[in-house]
Amino acid sequence: MLRFEGVFKDYGGTPALAGVDLDVAEAQTTVLIGPSGCGKSTLLRLAAGLIRPDRGQVWFEGARLDAANLRPARLRMGYMIQDGGLFPHLTIRSNVSLMARRLDWTRARCEQRLAELADLVQLPAAMLGRYPIELSGGQRQRVALMRALMLDPDLLLLDEPLGALDPMIRFELQRELKAIFARLGKTVLMVTHDLAEAVFFGHRIVLLRAGRSVQQAEPRVLLDSPAEPFVAQFVAAQREPQRVLLGAGG
Amino acid sequence: MRRDRLRRASSRRLPATGLALATLVASLLAIGLAAWSPEPSAEESTPRPVTVGSKKFTESVILGETLRLLALDAGHPARHRAELGGTRILWGALLSGEIDIYPEYSGTLVREILAGEDVSSPELLAAALAARGVRASASLGFENTYAIAVPEPLAEQLGLQRISDLRAHPDLRLGFSSEFLERADGWPGLRQRYRLPQTRVQGLDHDLVYRGIAAGHLDVTVVYTTDAEIARYGLRMLEDDLGYFEDYQAILLYRAELAAAAPAAVAAFRRLEGAIDAPTMAGMNGAVKLEGDSEQAVAARFLSEGLGLAVRVSGQGFWSQLGQRTLEHLGLVGVSLGAAILFAVPLGVLAAQNARLGQLILGITGMIQTIPSLALFVFLIPWLGIGWLPTVVALFLYSLLPIVRNTHAGLMDIPVPIRESADVLGLTRGARLRLIELPLAANTILAGIKTSAVLNVGTATVAALIGAGGYGQPILTGIRLDDTALIMQGAVPAALLALGLQGLFEFAERWVVPRGLRLQPTGGARADAGHDLASPRA
Ligand SMILES: Nc1ncnc2c1ncn2[C@@H]1O[C@H](COP(=O)(O)OP(=O)(O)O)[C@@H](O)[C@H]1O
Ligand SMILES: [Mg+2]
Repeated sequence: MLRFEGVFKDYGGTPALAGVDLDVAEAQTTVLIGPSGCGKSTLLRLAAGLIRPDRGQVWFEGARLDAANLRPARLRMGYMIQDGGLFPHLTIRSNVSLMARRLDWTRARCEQRLAELADLVQLPAAMLGRYPIELSGGQRQRVALMRALMLDPDLLLLDEPLGALDPMIRFELQRELKAIFARLGKTVLMVTHDLAEAVFFGHRIVLLRAGRSVQQAEPRVLLDSPAEPFVAQFVAAQREPQRVLLGAGG
Repeated sequence: MRRDRLRRASSRRLPATGLALATLVASLLAIGLAAWSPEPSAEESTPRPVTVGSKKFTESVILGETLRLLALDAGHPARHRAELGGTRILWGALLSGEIDIYPEYSGTLVREILAGEDVSSPELLAAALAARGVRASASLGFENTYAIAVPEPLAEQLGLQRISDLRAHPDLRLGFSSEFLERADGWPGLRQRYRLPQTRVQGLDHDLVYRGIAAGHLDVTVVYTTDAEIARYGLRMLEDDLGYFEDYQAILLYRAELAAAAPAAVAAFRRLEGAIDAPTMAGMNGAVKLEGDSEQAVAARFLSEGLGLAVRVSGQGFWSQLGQRTLEHLGLVGVSLGAAILFAVPLGVLAAQNARLGQLILGITGMIQTIPSLALFVFLIPWLGIGWLPTVVALFLYSLLPIVRNTHAGLMDIPVPIRESADVLGLTRGARLRLIELPLAANTILAGIKTSAVLNVGTATVAALIGAGGYGQPILTGIRLDDTALIMQGAVPAALLALGLQGLFEFAERWVVPRGLRLQPTGGARADAGHDLASPRA
């Protein structure tokens, strides 16, 4: 489905990715995790064709991603980022159906798909005529997901999709998203910096450090048998609050 | 129901920004072109129309009016393009045929226009003119030369009789018309000839010189010997003891082909040769400048008293004149601004797409902005002549920067995540620009257009100097005649027009800027907690 082969990426001298191999398995959720600045977003942006690798290749559905096939490939991808990236000048309806209308979907077909998606992400239909600024943060993320799903893509690219939400809403949306992914059977490549979220979503977790993949494994394996001390450290650091709490309580 | 209507309106708004802008431009151009009516072209059978030019001082305007009335009397349709800036503009317009005749002074012709050529004999002068298709009349009968003048009391106190006497008073404050300050036969030569030590030398409009003297800001100035103000302000003209100032006989310069094309008109013009003596001219100047008569009335009176011609004087009412100026001004502003929008928005888009090209575009449009408007007008005259066209081109050039810069800034300010979201959706570059980027930048672009419009209305007033008319005409005349009411007749409508345009664009904002961008955030955090916790799944 999506494969990175020996991908290098430099931003004017500082290497962001230094040789990453990664196979994103079909119909599963793969989570990229790692400290800030380790190259997670860069990897995702490579998959979306927003940047090109300096060396190495990105394969999508059996073809190398390049300028010639970028547009058709993008129509098979859905993309969702931290604060939604919604277009402030368009209504929710237009935001979600913009590309479908460009592809000459009929109005009726658009409306039907909109209704399905609104139902799926639990967005009240009355919101469709509003503008992004009139929605709450959680609602905006639901709309961003609708937009990503509109053309029924094969691959979903999510860059910290819940990062900007407060914990309660985040918790609620996590559960909803996971249910949606399971129901639709989509291939998902998701970025998070939160280990709990990674474990919650991931069939596989990819831990990155300074532009390299340190370990790619199922969540259980990552926690139980870290490939190197860094993995153990990373896991321990994320568990610190619980440890403190438990220590204080016992 | 209401929401439904709103929804339909908003889904139709997708291409609306572009449409609205296009309508705006189209209406600006329409206003402009409707307001601009080209001069009626001459029919084969009718007599050749004659266009008279004059410089922007009273004597020249009076002589210009006299010439116009003479041409009319000789049966030719005649037009007077009054108050065209200075010598360069008039001479250029004469050579290019935009005017047929204008009053000039022999000294200016020899030392300024034909500077560097040997015109020491009348034959050489005639040949030099003939080579350019120009002829000169004999003297009209008076001389109007420069003289150095000092207020009588000051002259008395310092014992100033001759220009040489100035040498002993290096602290005197000198104020000269800008033209005199710069021209070869003006201040530089005077200072050299008399070895004048003064360093406090100021350049200002000739008409402001008298006010400077009256207000006590200046001690010494240059006057024209036929100025009516010399007596009014009690000035003493200093004797030119070293014979610096040349002969400045009033003459007429006209196109040689006019003699063949309109012999009757030329014959009529030449009746002025030797017909006006210095006191007569000073009297006419005084009638206009000090008594408030119109140039036309003064010229007509001279023709009837001096040459025995009965000419009809036609006046134009205040409102019809205001209406005509408004149309002229709207014509200049509408066309130049409309064209600038059509040109500058794409330029701004280009600048935003390529950083290096962007620097170049912003650099060039910025540089244009630094050229003084009068300089730009004069610069354009050799190619475009005088009047409407060079003015529109200059205003167009000045309008570019605010629009280009704001288009560029509006596009650059679009957050990267939004631009990338559009890319990943699969929008092509053109669609992204049209559907996402331009609507998001619409507000900023419109602000740039608004700035251009207001600047444009102001700059267009300067265009009266090159014969484009508009609200600048009464301002120019008002400054010349020291007539504040007349200045207001141009300045007030210009200010109102600027305000009106600003209002128009504010109105257009509701229509060009998408509604989603005009909404105020309504406590997002509150809605957040409220709705999401209450949703059924929570
Ligand atoms: N557009 C850019 N220009 C320069 N450096 C960048 C750019 N984007 C990312 N980087 C750098 O590349 C590295 C990886 O960035 P990123 O992939 O965004 O990290 P993260 O894992 O936090 O998502 C970081 O050091 C970051 O500073
Ligand atoms: Mg990131």
